[in-house]
Amino acid sequence: MNDPIVAPTEYRDAPLTTQEALVEPGVDAPCVMRLDDVSVTFDGRAAVRGVSLDIRRGEVTALIGPSGSGKTTLLRALNRMHDTERSAAVTGRVLLGDTDVYARSTDPTLIRARVGMVFQRPNPFPTMSIYENVVSGLRFSGIRNRALLQEAAESALIAAALWDSVKDRMKAHASTLSGGEQQRLCIARALAVEPEVLLMDEPTSALDPIATKRIEELVVELKDRVTIVIVTHNMQQAMRVSDRCAFLLMGEDKAGELIEYGPTAKLFSEPTDPRTLDYVNGRFG
Amino acid sequence: MNRRRRFTVPDRAYRGALAAAAVLFAALLVAFVTAMAIQAAPAFRSEGFSFLWGTTWDPYHNVYGLLPFIVGTIETTAIALFLAVPIGIGTALSLAYLVPNRMRAPLSTTVELLAAVPSVVYGLWGLIVVAPFFATHVEPFLTSVFGWTGLFAGPNQGVGLLLAGVILFIMVLPTLVAISRDVLAAVPREQVEGAMAVGATRWQVLWRVVVPGARTGLLGAFTLATGRALGETVAVALLIGNSPHLATSLKANAATIPSLIVSAFGEATGTQLSVLFAAALVLLVVGITVNALGRFFVRSVQRSGAASVAVA
Amino acid sequence: MSIGVLEPVSDPAVDRRVAIQAAAASSLRRRKVYSAIGIGVCRGFLLIAVIPLLGVILYVVSKGLPAWNVDFFTQVTKPEGIPNGGILNAIVGSLIIDGIAVAVSVPFGVVAGLFLAESDGRIGGTVRLMADVLTGVPSITIGIFGYIVWVKNVGSYSGLAGAFAISIVMIPVIMRAAETALRGVPGTLSEAALSLGARKFTVARRVVVPAALPGLITGVLLAVARGAGETAPLLFTAFGNQFLQTNPTKPMETMPHTIYTYSSSPYADLIQIAWGTALLLMLVILVLNVGSRVVAARLGRERR
Repeated sequence: MNDPIVAPTEYRDAPLTTQEALVEPGVDAPCVMRLDDVSVTFDGRAAVRGVSLDIRRGEVTALIGPSGSGKTTLLRALNRMHDTERSAAVTGRVLLGDTDVYARSTDPTLIRARVGMVFQRPNPFPTMSIYENVVSGLRFSGIRNRALLQEAAESALIAAALWDSVKDRMKAHASTLSGGEQQRLCIARALAVEPEVLLMDEPTSALDPIATKRIEELVVELKDRVTIVIVTHNMQQAMRVSDRCAFLLMGEDKAGELIEYGPTAKLFSEPTDPRTLDYVNGRFG
Repeated sequence: MNRRRRFTVPDRAYRGALAAAAVLFAALLVAFVTAMAIQAAPAFRSEGFSFLWGTTWDPYHNVYGLLPFIVGTIETTAIALFLAVPIGIGTALSLAYLVPNRMRAPLSTTVELLAAVPSVVYGLWGLIVVAPFFATHVEPFLTSVFGWTGLFAGPNQGVGLLLAGVILFIMVLPTLVAISRDVLAAVPREQVEGAMAVGATRWQVLWRVVVPGARTGLLGAFTLATGRALGETVAVALLIGNSPHLATSLKANAATIPSLIVSAFGEATGTQLSVLFAAALVLLVVGITVNALGRFFVRSVQRSGAASVAVA
Repeated sequence: MSIGVLEPVSDPAVDRRVAIQAAAASSLRRRKVYSAIGIGVCRGFLLIAVIPLLGVILYVVSKGLPAWNVDFFTQVTKPEGIPNGGILNAIVGSLIIDGIAVAVSVPFGVVAGLFLAESDGRIGGTVRLMADVLTGVPSITIGIFGYIVWVKNVGSYSGLAGAFAISIVMIPVIMRAAETALRGVPGTLSEAALSLGARKFTVARRVVVPAALPGLITGVLLAVARGAGETAPLLFTAFGNQFLQTNPTKPMETMPHTIYTYSSSPYADLIQIAWGTALLLMLVILVLNVGSRVVAARLGRERR
């Protein structure tokens, strides 16, 4: 199963939609999120320990590693999803631009509007129509302007490659869509609030191969519009879509640690750490 | 093994016995409605259906109008539900989402214990403790603030429609809260997280996603609470003042169908007795319908895969 | 005019992002206030829900305890004005009537519950719905039914009629609790027994029912608690009796009935007896409720 490693540049057909420059990985792109010695503990027991890395604007950063290595836990720490879990504690610093995500003065609601999330299983709101789902984030933010809502919805649905399928049935319920379409609806919903970062937690693991492929293509298309951090347990997927990879592994104390972080092509072809080499060669996982 | 003779029963007989119990039970329910209908028949024969909307109840002159009691039943139920719906849903939301985990069980048990208090004790407490309080504090206050609506005419006597409605609210609250709490907690976590992830405040998550997501189950809880309120007898009989007139003021004495039966059944004969049976039949049919409807709503939530919902 | 300075191109996408983020930030304060209010109101309602319970318990205990003296438990109800009344007849009557009701309801309810637990079809569903509906039916109608069946035909009020009515209250509760308890027994247990050649009856008797015993006991205790507190079904069946009566074919006094009759009495000593009876009744119900949980937990633990 040793596919030749294909450099991500081969997939860079995405058209420029904003005025931000196309950045080659390896060159210092502006950093949109920075993690500084971040640990997540539950009742004192660490699930993720001491992770430091930079998320670069306009790139797809993948968090990879075997199950249990804390990838999802780390991801959810980026938009303060652990806030509702009373036993959870996040230490270290998470910076979003200039904002300290976990500062007392920072409101999690605003962070979540700037850092969106797409979940493993599509979760459209069942009581809302397709249109209402897409604009739900905007409505929560207090935006009532019909024109703005329509515009944002259309833009988001186009970006999620769903516009053509649903433009004539915006009032229909989300349950009338297939699994892959529902996931793209969730992506559109997340995009509509114009976040700076989009977190994706194994977004294709509940989908069939064709839907998976479409989502992967979407991820690559979207990265100019929004920086993406994607958790995946599928190495080939990481290779296909990401510019940079962070490899996490569970240590002896059951806490996940960052083993290696670097451009995808390099991580898969010449990893620095032997454990990374073992993982990408499929020796465990 | 033991020295007792091994007693066993062939499978057929076993299944037969089980089925017999079920059939017997079903027969019981059918007999229930039938017996009531048979006793009520003379009233329908001699009066037609007119007594259902007759406005005067005057046994001395053989006038049997049930409308004051039907309206009284509706009025007390309406008061109880008007209070129980917001307070019940708010309580249920708190129990499901707004209290620390370790306090969830004790607080839920406390609310459920309200259901264990017998109806007659609520009546006693309402009559001796709450009624004077109503007469001296609550009713004057409400009259001064809301008197302009015309709903607070009459003397402050404590007992009456308002008191019965309020105590009834306390009695249906535990049922409403228990079911609502379960259906609200059963809204899938991924929807709660989806709303959070798109920038909703805590209240927005609850009000715009959780409550709508549970609406069928909440409707079921509401319906079952209505059923309970419609049929409540003893507490209401003690607190409503037992006056067979249509009440237009919340402070007035009134009567409900159950309270009518309680007060008039003992000495009723002939047509009056038959009319009372008819009233009981109406009550029974309405009670069965409302309950069945409520169970249907709650069942459909259970069937759609939500976690098991405890139904009292 | 300077040359070479390019006007920034207005990109609708960037404009929109700016507008949206600005709107979100500016509305945040308002939304947080609404959120705090909404959540505060919900918690306040929780408090409101708890207060009546505390109020009832407080009054029942404080007014009922003084009524508890020797006479209370050894004398029968005396008419107004005569001192040293008690509720012996009511206590005995409740015991006998509820006892008979339990003796009838438990076997019937458990067997019917067995039926429900073993049937997943439409018939089972219908019976189940009937049981659920019957638990919510107005209790006065149950009393009227008891009157029609027993009192009308027999000619007099009796404790048996009362027991009949209370059984109708208890049976559906036991049925559904039994079904839940029996369904909770893992299917593998009965399958193993059946595969060893045991008959269904034996499997039920020796495997399933014993395994479901904690849940069954819980259900029975809760049903008894429910039945013991009912008044309306007794009004026109057992009717009430000033004297001590142990013969169930005659009218009997019960605790709920005493509370009911004395509640509206103008005599202070009778009202005090009402409070005392309420305290006793609530104590019994509390013990049954708590006991059901304790028994279930203890029996459940022993089986591990």
